[in-house]
Order: sequence, then structure tokens, then C-alpha cells
Amino acid sequence: MPKKTIIPIGPYHPLQEEPEFFKLHVEGEKVVGLDIEIGYNHRGIEKLSESKTFEQTVFLVERICGICSTSHPIACVQAVEDAGDIEVPERVLYIRSVIGELERIHSHLLWLGLAGHFLGFNTVWMWVWRYRESVLDMMEHITGNRNHYAMMKPGGVRRDILPEDIPGIKKTLDGLVKPLALFRDAVIDDPVIHARTKGVGILTKQQIIDYGALGPTARASGVKIDTRKDYPHAAYGLVDWKVITAENGDVFDKTVVRILEMFESIKIIEQCLDKLKTVPGPVDSNPKAIKPGDGIGHYEAPRGEVFHYIRSDGTNRPVRHKVRAPSFMNVPTDRVAVMGQSIADATIILAAVDPCYCCTERMIAIDADTRRTALRSPDLLRLSQEKTELLKRELGKEGPKLDFGVPS
Amino acid sequence: MSFTVNALTRSLNVFHLSGSACNNCDIEILDVLTPRYDAERFGMVLVGSIRHADVLLLSGAFNRKSAIRLKRVYEDAPKPVVVIAVGSCACTGNIFTGSYNISEPVCNYIPVDAFLPGCPPKPEAMISAVVKLIQKLKGK
Ligand code: SF4
Repeated sequence: MPKKTIIPIGPYHPLQEEPEFFKLHVEGEKVVGLDIEIGYNHRGIEKLSESKTFEQTVFLVERICGICSTSHPIACVQAVEDAGDIEVPERVLYIRSVIGELERIHSHLLWLGLAGHFLGFNTVWMWVWRYRESVLDMMEHITGNRNHYAMMKPGGVRRDILPEDIPGIKKTLDGLVKPLALFRDAVIDDPVIHARTKGVGILTKQQIIDYGALGPTARASGVKIDTRKDYPHAAYGLVDWKVITAENGDVFDKTVVRILEMFESIKIIEQCLDKLKTVPGPVDSNPKAIKPGDGIGHYEAPRGEVFHYIRSDGTNRPVRHKVRAPSFMNVPTDRVAVMGQSIADATIILAAVDPCYCCTERMIAIDADTRRTALRSPDLLRLSQEKTELLKRELGKEGPKLDFGVPS
Repeated sequence: MSFTVNALTRSLNVFHLSGSACNNCDIEILDVLTPRYDAERFGMVLVGSIRHADVLLLSGAFNRKSAIRLKRVYEDAPKPVVVIAVGSCACTGNIFTGSYNISEPVCNYIPVDAFLPGCPPKPEAMISAVVKLIQKLKGK
């Protein structure tokens, strides 16, 4: 039997943008196991949010992740609006969708470039990021900043998209179609990319459902979920677009799904911009107070559904704010995707779900005496089982007894 | 100008260490290397190991877990090493000040030579910071 070796990757590794620690167990060239250790990125955002007002919370959640820096705010303000029953003017919906879709294009381009980098194809990286700059320029023009747009607020948006800006934005968008078509054809035709990505890191439909994976990761395996269609929010129910899916679930399909999604995004933005020419209205309903209650907000971020829960007690701060980012669901699939593959392919497989660890890390527990992480995954499972039992008893509903075989 | 300073400032080898950042500063740092700004023209390259580095770029606030690694990395760096704190998080802690998991700003852990505020700083600001730093090292 070949000897089992462990290859440590990280926590600070030149291929990674963020600190995270992978332990690859390998036998010869073959990957036979994977451990992921995170916690380098935990900043205690949910707790911090309880000390901020509803308006400040939006700025805080914006800084959860720099790539989805409008997905979290949209989900957050929708949760606040849901809790406080706040009406949102129609014009706001279109503006939110424009910003959200521009962000999707920039995020997918960013991933495409980095994927090229992980494959050792740096030309792709440089090339793609060059065109990504034009999206950032549009963002800077509309919102005043290249990243962290600070556009959302409960009840509206902070800045309007002015009619005189629309032709300029449309022109830049049109300029993007040609390079995008070029990337699409390059990926679909390039034999090198085929050789490196086809049949690599396959996730089956059943695995996606078992792990509850989301976003392009799920859609590439033929699971047609997209919060924008399933629970229409912002302007997604008002414009015409379609959900892109693929069948094979390998890295190649994930790439193709992301590239085709960018064309859909352009379609959505153009329709929204046309509507913005005619739909009048204020861009802010100026809510004065959030009444007690709780609310939820979904948004389809570039990586999948982000979910925010906010509870208000009638003061100007949330009493509880819960965030669930898509990478939290997508990262565990790494383990099945990478199993049995070769070491050389491991980097691109781990990157294929477009993981975002700063989104994922929402809680940490530290033993005060030893200063070590106290809660590991079996503890968390046990805690959640206990909580479910408690809830069931409180609600008087007796369900089947759950047992995941976790040692107590 | 001493031999060391001359050698150091000719072609800066940069090691990028991301703490508990939101990714944006890291992306803007990579942006500086891509075609629009292309700092590689001036010999600034990202290196894979701190042992090859002249410059240590820090982004993000460092939480309790990553602060331990930060000190390790700094100890491993060949001296002299120039430390630049990129972004408001690395400079002051930004909006995360007061979090239970982030106790101190970066400059309390290791000596920092330049602070580059902004959330995130624009690529132009980063390039300008490096230019200023080189001039300062040369004693101009
Ligand atoms: S300074 Fe801003 S952009 Fe940079 S890591 Fe901190 S929150 Fe993110």
C-alpha cells in the first residue's frame, strides 16, 4: 500500500488571496482526503452589528466581503424592510438590480481571471482583469467608489442613476459584449482549457442536493436554483432573463455557467436602464423607525444565495443579526469534488466553487483558559441537535429523533 | 546611499499577507499588477515566500488567530524589510474596532513603516505610496 502523505496548503499561501488552511492527504499523486481549517478571518460581525444602528449595519455588512459588497447590503436592507414593513419605491428596485448585476459581472470576471491563474494560464488572468477594469469604472461613475459602493439603505438607495449617465453606461456595457464573447469562445474552443477542466472535480446532482450547495456551483450540476427567480426581489421579477444551467458539474461547466451568466446580467442591466428612463420617483422612502418584529432577506450573490435575518425590538439597533453566505454551503463540497483527483488539479477544484472565506466565517468559540478554539464541528452538530430538540418540545411537536452518530 | 538601500529599492519584491481582510484590499493589490496599472514594469513583483521579500504588504485587521501568524511571518522576514499597512483595516481597525476577536491595530504587533488608508485605497494611491516610500528610503 502506498504511503499516505499530508500536504499542507496555507494558511498564507501564494495561491490564496485569503488565509485558510487545507490539509491534502495524498497517496502518490492521488488525493484521498481533505481537511479544511478556517478561523483566520473571523471578525465578529454579527455581534458588532448589534452595536450599530440599522443604517450603520449596512456599511458593516458591506465589509463582510469585498467581492459581494453589494449582495450582503441588499439582503440586509431587505431584511430590515421585511421586519419594519417598509415600502420601497419602484425606481429603487431597478437601481438595486443594476448595481447587483454589475457586481456579478465583476465578480465572475475576477473568478475567471483567477481560475486562469490557478491553471497556470496567466495570460487569461491579465486579459480578463483588463476588461474587468471597465466594470469598476462604471461602478466608480455611478457610486463614487470602485468597490464598497455604499448604495443601499433601508427603504431606498443613497444615489440615483442620473438620466444623463445612462447612455455612457450603456456604451461601456456594449463594449464589454465583444470581449465576453471572446472569452466564451476561447473557453469553449481552447484544447488546453478542455484538458485541464473537463471531467475534473465533478459534483453530481445528488451531491449538490445532499450538501445544499448553491449558486453557479449548483447550476453547473443541473440543479436549477436561483433566488432571483425563486423568490423574485429587486427588479428581477420585472425584467426578462433566464437561469443558466449545465449538466456535467465539472470545472469546465462551472466556468461556462459563469461566463453565460454574465451575458444574462448585461441583458438585465440594459432592461433596467431603459426602465429607469421612464420610471419616476424618489429613490428613498426615508423610514423613520423600524417597528418590532423580525425579517429575512435573500439575494442571489455571484456565488449563490446570501441570507440575512434581522430582529428588531423597536429601537434603532438590531437585537439579532444572522448572516448566511453561500460559501458556507459550497466549501464543504470540496471534499467530494477533490477526492481521487490528482494533486495538480486540486488547486483549480478547490477554487472552482469560488470560495469566499471572509463570508463564511461567522462564529468562533474560544476557551478562556486555554485560549484554544473550543467548539469543533461535532460540538456544533450536538448544539444544533439540542436546540432543535428544545424547539420541538417548546412547540409541542414531536418529530423523528435525529441521530447523526455524533459522540456526546 | 548605502549598498543595502540601493539593492532594496531597485526592484521591490513584495510579499502580501492578508489578515482578516474583506478581500477588497487584496484584490486592489492584485489590480496594481494587472494591465491597467502594471506595477511589474517597475520590477515590483509578488513573491511566494516572505524569505524572498523586501516589502511586507499587510491588508485587513488581524484577529486573535492571525495575529500570532503575523508575528511569525515578521520574524522570518530578512531584514531590512519595509512594512506597509494597506487599507483602513490594517491602519486602524476600521469599522471592526471593538470586535471581540480583534484586539489591537496592526502597528501594535509589528513596526509599520507606511500607512495607506482608504477602504480600499485606489491603485493610484498604492503606487504613489510606494514611490514616496522609495524616496524616503533613499533619503530624499
Ligand atoms: S480597509 Fe476596507 S477594503 Fe480593505 S480590508 Fe478593510 S474593509 Fe476591506
